Amino acid sequence: MFHYYLKLALLSIKRTPVLSLLMVIAIAMGIGASMTTITVNYLMSADPIPHKSKQLFHVQLDNWDPNQAYNDEGEPPIQLTWIDAVNLMAQKKALRQSAISQSSGVIELPGQDVKPFRASIRLNYSDMFAMFDMPFLYGTPWAADAEKNNEQVLVLSKELNTRVFGGENSVGKTLRIGGNNFRVAGVLDDWHPVPLFYDVNMGAFVEPDQVYMPFNLRAPLALPLAGAHICWKPANSEDLMGFLRSECVTNQMWVELPQEQDRLAYQDFLANYVNQQKALGRFPRPLNNQLLNVMQWLENQQVVTDDAQIMLWLSFMFLFVCLLNTLALLLSKFTGKSGEIGLRRAVGASKGDLFLQYLIETACIGLAGGLLGLALAFLGLQGVKALYGEFANKLVSLDLNMVLLAMLLSLLTSVLAGLYPIWRACNIAPASQLNSQ
Amino acid sequence: MLQMTDVRKTFSTELVATHALRDFNLHVKEGDFISVTGPSGSGKTTFLNIAGLLETFTSGRYLLDGLDVNQLNDKQRSKIRNQKIGFIFQGFNLIPELDLYDNVDMPLRYRGFSHSERKRRIEENLERVGLANRMKHLPSQLSGGQQQRVAIARALAGDPRFLLADEPTGNLDTQMAQSVMALLQEINNQGTTIVMVTHDLELANQAKRKLFVKDGCAIEIAQTGHTITGQKPTLVTI
Repeated sequence: MFHYYLKLALLSIKRTPVLSLLMVIAIAMGIGASMTTITVNYLMSADPIPHKSKQLFHVQLDNWDPNQAYNDEGEPPIQLTWIDAVNLMAQKKALRQSAISQSSGVIELPGQDVKPFRASIRLNYSDMFAMFDMPFLYGTPWAADAEKNNEQVLVLSKELNTRVFGGENSVGKTLRIGGNNFRVAGVLDDWHPVPLFYDVNMGAFVEPDQVYMPFNLRAPLALPLAGAHICWKPANSEDLMGFLRSECVTNQMWVELPQEQDRLAYQDFLANYVNQQKALGRFPRPLNNQLLNVMQWLENQQVVTDDAQIMLWLSFMFLFVCLLNTLALLLSKFTGKSGEIGLRRAVGASKGDLFLQYLIETACIGLAGGLLGLALAFLGLQGVKALYGEFANKLVSLDLNMVLLAMLLSLLTSVLAGLYPIWRACNIAPASQLNSQ
Repeated sequence: MLQMTDVRKTFSTELVATHALRDFNLHVKEGDFISVTGPSGSGKTTFLNIAGLLETFTSGRYLLDGLDVNQLNDKQRSKIRNQKIGFIFQGFNLIPELDLYDNVDMPLRYRGFSHSERKRRIEENLERVGLANRMKHLPSQLSGGQQQRVAIARALAGDPRFLLADEPTGNLDTQMAQSVMALLQEINNQGTTIVMVTHDLELANQAKRKLFVKDGCAIEIAQTGHTITGQKPTLVTI
């Protein structure tokens, strides 16, 4: 009977093209608006590293002002001091661990016509590449010895390697940054986690870094600070080392703890570390360490903005209004079909048969509305891109999940809108409907 | 086959109760051809709707093939309508966007017949009403008489034992009306029981039994073959 009902549905839609088109447009507008905001929210709140997001933890210690907490919620700072980052790294208590920090430098390309340009630099430990499953196109991460020996090595992003070396295998080649020569140890393949979870200070929807260097090179090469660095008391001296040895926070730290007992053990380790530091006169606030996994961290940092959430609820309200409009149009449509309904009842259709038939017709309208709604959502996302520019580039693509969700939502919306009109039509006495023919 | 005993149908509002049928009694036997006449508002169509299980009644008893229809739920009533009853309406009630084939197919779909069985029945019944060569035409491409023939083919497609016709010739000219009447008589001669509501006394006289409905009561005219004009209706105890 499904094919029969489908055939009847298509004939019925053809019979009342204007009414059907109005319903399709009503559903499409609701779906278009809601899918635009759902997509933005979905991508904002996506798990950027789903297979291990529960094993990766962001480390926070509370070295802040004894008289005033870091924020109103009493949370610890989101960054660590250079001293703490180095100390924690030296202990190697996690399966993998990396302190990270931002810098930037000017890339000089001798003998070429390309002008020097500034690139973003991530200072990190080599564990970060394996910890975040960063894929390599050429070469490998630098060796642990390179970190110990302060070797001037680096890893390039695929984009920068293309720009500087034309996309060739540049492993072993030299790149001059900020007046220092560095040997290329590896080149990353495409890697664009959304959100960019490991450092949301400069925004969670920006491109990853272009250059990765050993964390330990900060001090010997006096690499400039970049990104956020916050102090609750002034540094002892104004030079870089003075700053690094101060209570100013400028580094973040991630650890990989595969098991729950690993997390508990690391939590104990952090507590012991802070207590030792307290004995040395640091950490004046009560013990307030925090270990958040990736999704907890993104939620803590409110990566999904309030604006986006408000827009989401507004779009759902708009969808509801569209649903009411569709309901009214369906009432009108099925009232016009009363004669046919009476006839079908007379020749043997039960209420259930008719309910199913008209539900399929409504679902067809819903699916058509969903397809048009997807097109509108696509336009809506282009509008978001035009409005917010680079920031929104990562948030405006409809993936298969979103397409399926749009079709499901339109199906659900149309069926919900159709329930009452269909029920009402099927429950009118067939005799009176026949008289209306 | 069909037995109504003291059937009442009252349409009530807060202010007034209208008795469409009151103590309606009728016994229809297998193979009967009954014409039902009566003034407008006398209850003819209400009777037909109740007989066809399209409407419920307020009190009384209605047995169809020995089955008390008051005990049936919607699905069971639909099944009986589909399998035992065929309907013919004054306005033909064809679905305009379906061709003749699909219009006749309608009751067969709910019967659950196979494709080949449906095809055989549709072709056979359209042949029977002389429209086999116009299967793919839309109702709008036919004359009124031809549309009513399609409606008859649809009513007959499921081999019903009981045909209910509500003013089947009401929208037709005399010639077409006579042609449809001839077709109904042929169908009756082949064993299908027919109850036909009509205003046309000439056509009513061609039925085997004549029923006059007045003020919601059934009055059977005693003999067939005579005009009822000028005769006093005879109340028959059924």
